[in-house]
Amino acid sequence: MKKTIITMAIALGIVGCKTTEPLYYYGEYNTAVYTYLKGEGATLEEQITALKETIELADANGKPIAPGVHAHLGMLYFETGNPQQGEVHFEQEKQMFPESVQYIDFLLTSAKGA
Amino acid sequence: MLFRSFIVVGAMALLSACVSLPPAHDYSAFKAANPASVIILPPINNTPEVIAPYSVMTQMATPIAESGFYVFPVAMVNQTFNNNGLTVASDIHAVAPTKLKEIFGADAALYVSIEDYGTSYVVISSETRVTVTASLVDLASGQMLWTGTANASSAEQQNANSGGLVGMLVQAAVNQIFETVTDRGFDIAAIASARLLSAESYNGLLYGPRSPSYGQPVASEKK
Repeated sequence: MKKTIITMAIALGIVGCKTTEPLYYYGEYNTAVYTYLKGEGATLEEQITALKETIELADANGKPIAPGVHAHLGMLYFETGNPQQGEVHFEQEKQMFPESVQYIDFLLTSAKGA
Repeated sequence: MLFRSFIVVGAMALLSACVSLPPAHDYSAFKAANPASVIILPPINNTPEVIAPYSVMTQMATPIAESGFYVFPVAMVNQTFNNNGLTVASDIHAVAPTKLKEIFGADAALYVSIEDYGTSYVVISSETRVTVTASLVDLASGQMLWTGTANASSAEQQNANSGGLVGMLVQAAVNQIFETVTDRGFDIAAIASARLLSAESYNGLLYGPRSPSYGQPVASEKK
């Protein structure tokens, strides 16, 4: 009886304290987004460098990159006059996260129409 | 003797985890709508701190993604609104849900308002506090699926319940490029956002389709 109670207490304790492994690798993504929105602290080129590093680190660690990273990087490329790289990363976002297809296609169509 | 102390410690740990919880959310509409993707709309800022919306909308993406939903890239979404002449959050919040669905293809939108953001000075110590309120709305029906409010403060003691999550979010390494960019409010906003939204939080979101825990009950559904 005692043993059962102890086992239960320990089992519940473990469940309660379990730290779940993150689903995605974020690296510098949030800091890059915040910097972009504030419009100060780093140039667009520096933000691109940081996000490229983040993607490389995710690959090196075998972790899936967080949703939005490729899309955001694509936008930075478009804004720095590199639509080829912009499209590459938009396509990667679509491929990894089909939930983004409608929005990204809307942006690509608007970009080409403009 | 040793056994007994084990039991006592175990029982204490269980009790401390169950102190005075608010009533559990009703998740039935959330489950019926079963959203897979979430767009975070630019937050309404009820504070004098102009950077608060940037900080909060940035930090809210992680707990929603980690709960298993696709989160639309917040800065890109903000730009899309700006490019279409919508630069004021309250105007964006007034856009019809069906119109948002048409452009973004999102299943649900998160409407956020910021009630506290920043540092107040109390005699000898200073406190950075962030309080946020949010509602998740189904964009097909316009129905509210979930709502909640949470706060975080630099002054609070990091207890055993929040320590793991807080530590994980704040300890993110910052490289040289961004060394000067982050601030205390940004860190506290991460904690408030995780408390509010994470499916691991009491009365947080449900697990989304991309989570290995999708379909499993969340904390406040467990008896």
